[in-house]
Amino acid sequence: MSDYQVTHSKSRVFYDVFERKPELKHQTHYCPGCGHGVAHKLVAEAIEELGLQERTIFVSPVGCSVFAYYYFDVGNVQAAHGRCPAVATGVKRACPESIVVAYQGDGDLAAIGTAEILHAANRGEKITVFFINNAIYGMTGGQMAPTTLVGQKSTTSPWGRRPGNEGYPLHVAELLATLEAPVYIERVALCDNKNTMKARKAVRKALELQKNGAGFTFVEILSPCPTIWKMDPLDARRWIEEKMLPVFPLGVLRDRTTPQVEDSAIPQRTMAEALELEPLEAEAAELKHAQKAAGHSLALNMAGFGGQGVLLLGQIVAEMGMREGLEVSWLPSYGPEMRSGSAHCHVCLAEERIGSPLITHPDVLIAMNEISLRKFAPQVKRGGLILYNRSALPEGFSVPQARVVCVPASDLADQIGTAKVANVVLLGALMAESELLTQECAIAVLESTVGTKAKGAALIEMNRRALEAGREFMKKAATPVLH
Amino acid sequence: MRQLTKGNVAVVKGAILAGCRAYYGYPITPASEIAEAAALYLPQVGGTFLQAESEVSAINMVYGASSAGVRVMTASSGPGLSLMQEGLSYLAAAELPCVVVDVVRGGPGLGNIAPEQSDYFAIVKGGGHGCYRNLVLAPASVQEMADLTMLAFELADRYRNPAVVLTDGFIGQMMEPLELHAHISQAPEKPWAVRGTPETRPNVVTSIHLEPDTLEAHVRKLEGKYKLAEKLEPRFETYRTEDADVLLVGYGIVSRVLRSTVDQLRERGVRAGLFRPVTLYPFPARALKQEVDDVRLVQVVEMSTGMMVEDVRLTIEGRVPVEFYSRVGGNVPSAEEVRDHLLQRMAAPVA
Repeated sequence: MSDYQVTHSKSRVFYDVFERKPELKHQTHYCPGCGHGVAHKLVAEAIEELGLQERTIFVSPVGCSVFAYYYFDVGNVQAAHGRCPAVATGVKRACPESIVVAYQGDGDLAAIGTAEILHAANRGEKITVFFINNAIYGMTGGQMAPTTLVGQKSTTSPWGRRPGNEGYPLHVAELLATLEAPVYIERVALCDNKNTMKARKAVRKALELQKNGAGFTFVEILSPCPTIWKMDPLDARRWIEEKMLPVFPLGVLRDRTTPQVEDSAIPQRTMAEALELEPLEAEAAELKHAQKAAGHSLALNMAGFGGQGVLLLGQIVAEMGMREGLEVSWLPSYGPEMRSGSAHCHVCLAEERIGSPLITHPDVLIAMNEISLRKFAPQVKRGGLILYNRSALPEGFSVPQARVVCVPASDLADQIGTAKVANVVLLGALMAESELLTQECAIAVLESTVGTKAKGAALIEMNRRALEAGREFMKKAATPVLH
Repeated sequence: MRQLTKGNVAVVKGAILAGCRAYYGYPITPASEIAEAAALYLPQVGGTFLQAESEVSAINMVYGASSAGVRVMTASSGPGLSLMQEGLSYLAAAELPCVVVDVVRGGPGLGNIAPEQSDYFAIVKGGGHGCYRNLVLAPASVQEMADLTMLAFELADRYRNPAVVLTDGFIGQMMEPLELHAHISQAPEKPWAVRGTPETRPNVVTSIHLEPDTLEAHVRKLEGKYKLAEKLEPRFETYRTEDADVLLVGYGIVSRVLRSTVDQLRERGVRAGLFRPVTLYPFPARALKQEVDDVRLVQVVEMSTGMMVEDVRLTIEGRVPVEFYSRVGGNVPSAEEVRDHLLQRMAAPVA
């Protein structure tokens, strides 16, 4: 037995020997008088006192504390420059039971990582961020930080920080205190023993809040950097007091004990339910049409104004083809043009695997407006069909290579009761021309797609009538030519 | 049972079947439906969806979630992938698995939202800093958007490396039948993960190795994994190549176009075949080399000014003429246009 008793020792949250460090495994890489050593100690002691060592994940930044995992005997994740709050978000949400500490310097957090810290705070991520503000870039050798004081010289502000050129020091704690979500924000300083003890309390409180499941907690720690400031450690502490405190006043900026609003729960389903892996009752089994000869295929282009239901019509045809046991593809025009002008889609139905879903020469063009007719009619295959949503072609317009049937679909739809079913009138017209698509399948698809969306028997009935109107019109107009 | 499904939605369904339970992303056309589907489906099965403040943040959230050992993904399009390159380098360096989907649009810059294949260099050759590779899969159909996303999760875990599903606006936006099998793949044990538990306390996820010897050993270790992947993972598809004189080479949407072109050329008496790389990294070099033994001409078609063609030329080493045809700007070549180009080329005397 030794004849002395240990009353104070290094926190057990620090490794005894710093095995991960390449050399001098008994001492840290921090300079004499550096604030990181003290801040590390406060964090380690708080983790130990709160019994959190097993649960803690320490996310270290880029900067002098990049190697925090040399010292902290907890789970460690090292992050890219400025990204600690994003990395911590991913970690915490994957392991909600863990205690996640993000430890960042001022270049990391307040310059390159501004977006990450602001949004993590705004989401109220249940993490604790320790922000070491020493008004300078330490690791890279003394360049200007966002928190560098006005007039303070650095290697990249050799004439002193000039607000007209470099702006003013960024007040991160105050900035975050404008947000709704954070539960605890305090600024402390490692400038003397009294303030270091205050810092100790703040660090502990932030971690305790996280332990209790509170939201985002943030402690800004004004910290000395004697090496870069070119001061001895005592002068550096004095410099914090004299120069930094007037710019970065200490205190609690947020301490919210009221519980946060709980989001409503999202209903949980099994994977099969969520992904709709089970067949829906409304959906009929796929119909195999044995009588169809191999090689049958249909390539369609459907075009019109956005809002005329052109894309939906294409989807209905593709869905029908799929249920008929065919290979199908539906390729839409997409993006802003959907809102401002024309929309079109290519639909392929085939018995064999479909090559290009992009159709150069369609068998059928369904043109719901004149622009589409003029644009796409010349592409239609020789002997193909054009269904045009008007009672007559534009004056002087002709398509020598294809048969054109003018189906006044919009007018017929109006008669049925809603202009919305004009596309279904044209579907009816198309079905009168193609054996690939059957009436029973059309009804089933309309019920499950259009019907479910509108949730109305009345609309389903209108769709039936629209389908019929299209077929009837074609019967009167001509005899089928396709397949 | 087949469901008519959008390519972008198929990605998410495949991901969930692959056990993915975390998605961090940022919207961008033409990839947004992936985020939308993830937002809809993932929370219902106990997963996490979060719309990040930027692609930079999204990929770093992926880094965090992957550090904790969960199957995690993100998706974007070219401009977003440019922002994610930093994160991809870190993920590869820290040996963190993840799946990233790039629904490529027209570039450079803001470009447009129509399909291109111009991210090949950025994704297949690295893009971020340092000696690392992404494992890259190129689906050509909606079904493959799901299937290859599932495979991407397996490869990512097997190699502890990012896997990228490189696709384009057409495959992302189009709808085709999707058949999902209830085959659920399980993530392997990840004893290296950091989960905030006593067992994982000794673990560290990092990408910094200050000593040159240490970093060299690390880079060599990564290199070894890539060499192994080059041996084991190349995947490809061929069509009518048995007696081909002319070999068309294309991936993704272009391979669909070329499939039609092959049929059209054969109708005109040209014995054409198709070679389609399914994995872009590792590039199926050995298989391609074998395919060109008896062909007279290799015709590469890409929606870029010439990226994969470099890998084809490196593979073929001048043994057969390799010609290149491309469309860019969001224009997808038609089967007929490629056919006519080749017919003209073959009619013209060889220079």
